[in-house]
Amino acid sequence: MANREERLAAIRRAFPEGSGVVELAGGDMQTLRVDRQALPALARHLKDDPALDFKLLLDVCGVDYPGREERFEVVYHLTSLEHGHRVRLKVPVREEDPVVPSVYGVWRAADWFEREAFDMFGIRFEGHPNLKRILCHPAFQGHALRKDYDPGQRWLLREGEQEEPAWAKEAQEDEDHFETQVLNLGPSHPATHGTLRTVVRLNGEVITKAETEIGYLHRCFEKMAETHTWNQVIPYTDRLNYCSAMMNGVGYALAVEKMLGVEAPPRAQVIRLILSELSRVMDHIVDVGANLNDVGAMTPFLYMYQGREELYSVLEACCGSRLTMSYVRIGGLSNDTPPDFEDSVRYLLKRIPKLIGDMETLITENRIFRGRTEGVGAISAESAVDWGWTGPCLRATGVAYDVRKAHPYLGYETYDFKVPVAHAGDTYARYLVRVEEMKQSLRIVEQALERLQPGPIITDNHNVALPPKEDVYTEMESLIWHFKLIMEGMKVPVGESYGYTEAANGELGYYIVSDGGGHPYRIKVRPPCFAIFQAFPHILEGHMVADTVAIMSSLNIIAGELDR
Amino acid sequence: MITRDVVVCEAKPLRLVQRLYLVEIAKGLAVTLRHFIANLFARKYTVTIEWPEVKREYSERLRGRHILLTREDGSPRCVACYMCEEACPAECIHIEAEDVASSPTVEFEKRPKVFTIDLLRCVYCGFCVDACPKEAIVMSRVHEMAFASREEGVVGLDQLLQRGPFEKLDLGYRPYYGTPRSRIELPIPVKPRGGIQEGR
Repeated sequence: MANREERLAAIRRAFPEGSGVVELAGGDMQTLRVDRQALPALARHLKDDPALDFKLLLDVCGVDYPGREERFEVVYHLTSLEHGHRVRLKVPVREEDPVVPSVYGVWRAADWFEREAFDMFGIRFEGHPNLKRILCHPAFQGHALRKDYDPGQRWLLREGEQEEPAWAKEAQEDEDHFETQVLNLGPSHPATHGTLRTVVRLNGEVITKAETEIGYLHRCFEKMAETHTWNQVIPYTDRLNYCSAMMNGVGYALAVEKMLGVEAPPRAQVIRLILSELSRVMDHIVDVGANLNDVGAMTPFLYMYQGREELYSVLEACCGSRLTMSYVRIGGLSNDTPPDFEDSVRYLLKRIPKLIGDMETLITENRIFRGRTEGVGAISAESAVDWGWTGPCLRATGVAYDVRKAHPYLGYETYDFKVPVAHAGDTYARYLVRVEEMKQSLRIVEQALERLQPGPIITDNHNVALPPKEDVYTEMESLIWHFKLIMEGMKVPVGESYGYTEAANGELGYYIVSDGGGHPYRIKVRPPCFAIFQAFPHILEGHMVADTVAIMSSLNIIAGELDR
Repeated sequence: MITRDVVVCEAKPLRLVQRLYLVEIAKGLAVTLRHFIANLFARKYTVTIEWPEVKREYSERLRGRHILLTREDGSPRCVACYMCEEACPAECIHIEAEDVASSPTVEFEKRPKVFTIDLLRCVYCGFCVDACPKEAIVMSRVHEMAFASREEGVVGLDQLLQRGPFEKLDLGYRPYYGTPRSRIELPIPVKPRGGIQEGR
């Protein structure tokens, strides 16, 4: 892994001083301020130079600074799979001329991320093939994440104004002069497991063209976060990927803790890790179960749900809610685990492998299931990286990239586990990777239970965490801390940070900007399935209609996380 | 960085036995039959519940409908400090304070004139419980709430105030004191069949 100076030198070979690329000092990762004219060439150089090798574009987002001369900033996050280093690019643009060259030609992952920045900030990306709104509907006026946007406004989408892809309107004939059919899959289709709409053009039963529309579950998470205190954002994170709500909260808390420079006590870290891994198992149970259910195998789905139900009982006893946990606090956890927590987790460690075993007997070597899934929805490793894929879907193509190994957090480097990979990249490979990942997660939990020592569960830094209740009831000073924290919220130092964890679907990133006040200035979530789903219409082409269902559920699209 | 610490799970080619279906069908039927018999006689692992005749027992931390606790004389413990209103991420709590003219101590100078919670807006995160400096608001395990209109979902002091002795309340989420209090029963116990149980 080359260090920061060597990377800068590699950039300076093509972009000497004065060519519009300036390195900004400090920060949580190497940050470059780039003039928009220099962006396309720099992007190409970053990707192609073997010493830099930034093959994976993680995130593109906008930030609005109304006071500045150049009001908007487009922020890119890149990582190298080969070397593991990361870089952040910032491209400032003026309000009068908010145009940035698109990097879609370099990384296809930019496709939806640029559309989102256009939707939310009105920044136009020159050269983008399909620059239109993505999360808001076409009748929406204004750009919601601009600081001067009034959130009280309501925009009504009338019937007939609904977005239709241009190609869906024109009649097209196949070679036998039959008109090909345009079909809507969704928005409320039982197999979409959420509200997603896919418009497909069919030639017989084969899909020749597809386009996806999302945003039906858009809940303005990022806009809401700007008006809430840092801790108040936590219940909102539960609703991102609701199949594994714990991991979103952990990712958010780690990102904010990184900015604050505080660390959760060891016991809290181990509990976070145990519950995160159990959430990963739960998420994979839902995904594999739904995938099997969609291709017609209901039995293993119901068997696996027994395990999931028992997992939920454990989580509910810890935090008081089955789905919307709100268990994490910045600096620790809200509650200690119940006294019989370890016994119940040990019970689950025995119970869940049996259920996985039953499912494997029924499914893994099942000729019908393999016929439905092998070769279906296959994607090569190069294009998966190009689309910005992470997580089990990327690992099913043979790229062994896992944040837990590459950039360990919560002490993952001290646990003995392996990263499952497959090479086919199809639906069956994704199933195999997920099943193996459940087993590896249980292995981690087993080791973590041994390390669970008694101790505090939240930091005693009262600039961050509420003082203990007994003190609040009896001591004046604690009461003042308590009041200050709740009225004003904690103060996070001015700056920015990109916190990333391995969620069940892949890399979950939180790009956080703080202006030093009690509220976040900007939170951008990088939802893993956003990058995965943008490739979905392209994977569909050439497949049958029935395969859509198998592919979609194997990608594990969670609308709550996709639309935020 | 790409890790080398991997376990490769590739698709194995189907053997002749597997392609012939019959043996595989027998293996699959053995699994389903085992589950069937286990469910028929033991029901140890059955997680489904015959709702609403049988209700699920939740942990003692369940975040359900709120209770405003009272002092011994029956007046609300709440001192109208607005902490819960501030801490609420859903902005569902509304308080209007008034002075207590006949207060014996300076500690209880104020009390809530109006205290409403919009239960349809509430996300049941428990932040109000954590924020209360007087332990005046706690949560019960009542989670089945249905309202005929949106207005009905906004409940005031009369519906929120504690009724009956403290021990008889179906208490759920309360502030954390350092000693955890909850229990997990696994496998999830099967409830005896019977008529509709009384609401807790």
